Amino acid sequence: MASSTDILADITEKDYEFGFVTDIEMDIAPVGLNEDTIHYISAKKNEPQWLLEWRLKAYRAFLKQSMPTWQNFEMPEIDFQKISYYAAPKARKKYNSLDEIDPELLATFEKLGIPLNEQKTLAGVAVDAVFDSVSVATTYKGKLKELGIIFCSFSEAVQEHPELVQKYAGSVVPHSDNIFASLNAAAFSDGSFVYIPKGVRCPMELSTYFRINSENTGQFERTLIIADEGSYVSYLEGCTAPRRDESQLHAAVVELIAMENAEIKYSTVQNWYPGDKDGKGGIYNFVTKRGICKGANAKISWTQVETGSAITWKYPSVILQGDNSEGEFYSVAVTKNKQIADTGTKMYHIGANTKSRIISKGISAGNGQNSYRGLVQVGANAANARNFTQCDSLLIGDQCGAHTFPYIESKNTTATIEHEATTSKIGEDQIFYLNQRGINTEKAVALIVNGYAREVLNQLPMEFAVEAQKLLGITLEGSVG
Amino acid sequence: MLTIKNLHAQVEEKKILKGINLQVNAGEVHAIMGPNGSGKSSLASVLAGRQNFEVTEGSALLEDKDLLDLSPEDRAREGLFLAFQYPVEIPGVSNINFLKTALNEIRAYKGLQPLDARSFLALTRERQKLVEFDAQFTNRSLNEGFSGGEKKRNEIFQLAMLEPKLSILDETDSGLDIDALRIVSNGVNKLRSANNAFILITHYQRLLDYIVPDFVHVLYDGRIIRSGTKELALELEERGYDWLKEEVALQGQL
Repeated sequence: MASSTDILADITEKDYEFGFVTDIEMDIAPVGLNEDTIHYISAKKNEPQWLLEWRLKAYRAFLKQSMPTWQNFEMPEIDFQKISYYAAPKARKKYNSLDEIDPELLATFEKLGIPLNEQKTLAGVAVDAVFDSVSVATTYKGKLKELGIIFCSFSEAVQEHPELVQKYAGSVVPHSDNIFASLNAAAFSDGSFVYIPKGVRCPMELSTYFRINSENTGQFERTLIIADEGSYVSYLEGCTAPRRDESQLHAAVVELIAMENAEIKYSTVQNWYPGDKDGKGGIYNFVTKRGICKGANAKISWTQVETGSAITWKYPSVILQGDNSEGEFYSVAVTKNKQIADTGTKMYHIGANTKSRIISKGISAGNGQNSYRGLVQVGANAANARNFTQCDSLLIGDQCGAHTFPYIESKNTTATIEHEATTSKIGEDQIFYLNQRGINTEKAVALIVNGYAREVLNQLPMEFAVEAQKLLGITLEGSVG
Repeated sequence: MLTIKNLHAQVEEKKILKGINLQVNAGEVHAIMGPNGSGKSSLASVLAGRQNFEVTEGSALLEDKDLLDLSPEDRAREGLFLAFQYPVEIPGVSNINFLKTALNEIRAYKGLQPLDARSFLALTRERQKLVEFDAQFTNRSLNEGFSGGEKKRNEIFQLAMLEPKLSILDETDSGLDIDALRIVSNGVNKLRSANNAFILITHYQRLLDYIVPDFVHVLYDGRIIRSGTKELALELEERGYDWLKEEVALQGQL
């Protein structure tokens, strides 16, 4: 049997299942970013003047910003002038029905397990499919419309519901928030838009599936979800990309707005191409996600399962403005080979009696590096604010790393803040025990890892929890002897 | 069923088994006793294929399969079961999910379809009853927060579920109170059949009052130095191991 040194030598790259490329005619903007590019994108999308101006404002903010330096990894050099900021399948401008979509595209999504044909979709899940820069299809729109729910691509929302977009876009993540958020605001191509009217409980899971296909393009999508008073929505995003030797940039922005008594549950299963075992290629997943509990008793819950990307760098956060509002963050981040994850959350307690809960489970294998970085901030008016944080790290092998950077700032003496952290290794004893019951080592690791991550996986909608479990198993295949 | 011939094994450079010979036939129960550090648990580990135990000589056959050629999981699938002295905890993995995975892996190895949910549940209920295993533990995380006694009882429940040919109970009786000992023993007695066999590794004659062995062996310094019937265990209880050790020493001088 292999010793632990052999095990590490044996680490093999499980082929990334979604690494194929779709051959489809694309409309691609020339590489580089300047005001002309922004005019180009805005014109392509037939945008109103205010949006173009907002983009330009963001672009000017972007020019003034520099790369952050506080991260716990070596920042790769990104040449923003070598990226193409717009790529769309060449075809009709607007699809009126699924029949008009390029069959090649439909086939691509089928292959990814995301059938866009409503008869074939997962029961109870409406999907918005984004291919490179553009949303290609949204299912169950009609059914949702009956309830007054708007679920469409961001571009469509700009055309159909400009008042909502203008009011809320950039209200949680300002155009000058950080360099990647500014870049996104300047050059975003599409994304998803959701509006749940007062008192409506969205009857199905809403889901966006992002796919990067073209070479040398970045994907810059924006998602905006507004849950009006007393409403509820559960939203899920999934993503994959082809295998390429060059790294690609994904800089998305997600904004969530929960009014009084509203609840938003946002789940992510991130499986972008992670690069090969030597760290070549892979997606740079630099994403700004933030939600605001605007009204009293509002609740926002982030759940993320991060298994892909060469570098994952994101902190889904909640601004707890309304009294008694609640924020949650549940995360499983897996890194293997040369993958890096620097992820966590920020909870800003502003209102009284606000509560937050953070459960972070990092899993590192191979040469993977996993950092939890979190901020719990309690303002002077946040009387009786409560936070509970638990961040656990699981190490597989002895070449990987786990790091924890918790920040706590409290300006209110009535606040209760708890922080627990553990680090453990998958023991040879555990694996041998399972082996002795007829379970091979790979299955044993999958079982142990899924057990470890169960608290987070339990937060995912049922259909996706099963997928996520499988994904964790597959991701770690070959990580141990 | 199990044929061990001249088995030598070492951990790193330390020799721990120095020529074990043992024949266990179907339907038999063998007890292995001996002072601390004599190699009892090591024998169990070597047979189950634990890492770091290197076999340097000899053979161990389970029926016609050479155990030493198989991976630990294949040994288990061939019907070797080790009830651990210190069962590990695996947080977040439910006992039932674990057992279902194990059972279906073993079935797949034998070319059988996985057991459907209904039959699996029925089997679970029946075996729980058989070994008096509290149903509340079945849905808890594997051994997590179980007391020592509960862990040992869980081992016997797993044994009942997986129906191995040869079971090795490594000091399953240690740490059990008298009621738990009775329950565990009853379970084993119910599971005994003409088609399976048991090896009980124990320090105490007491267990053998409940599970009556066909043979008793004394392991000392990596060798079986004496074999007998249940009476041997009684004699050990009375006289300890020193007289045997002396005999061995004497033989060494001759």
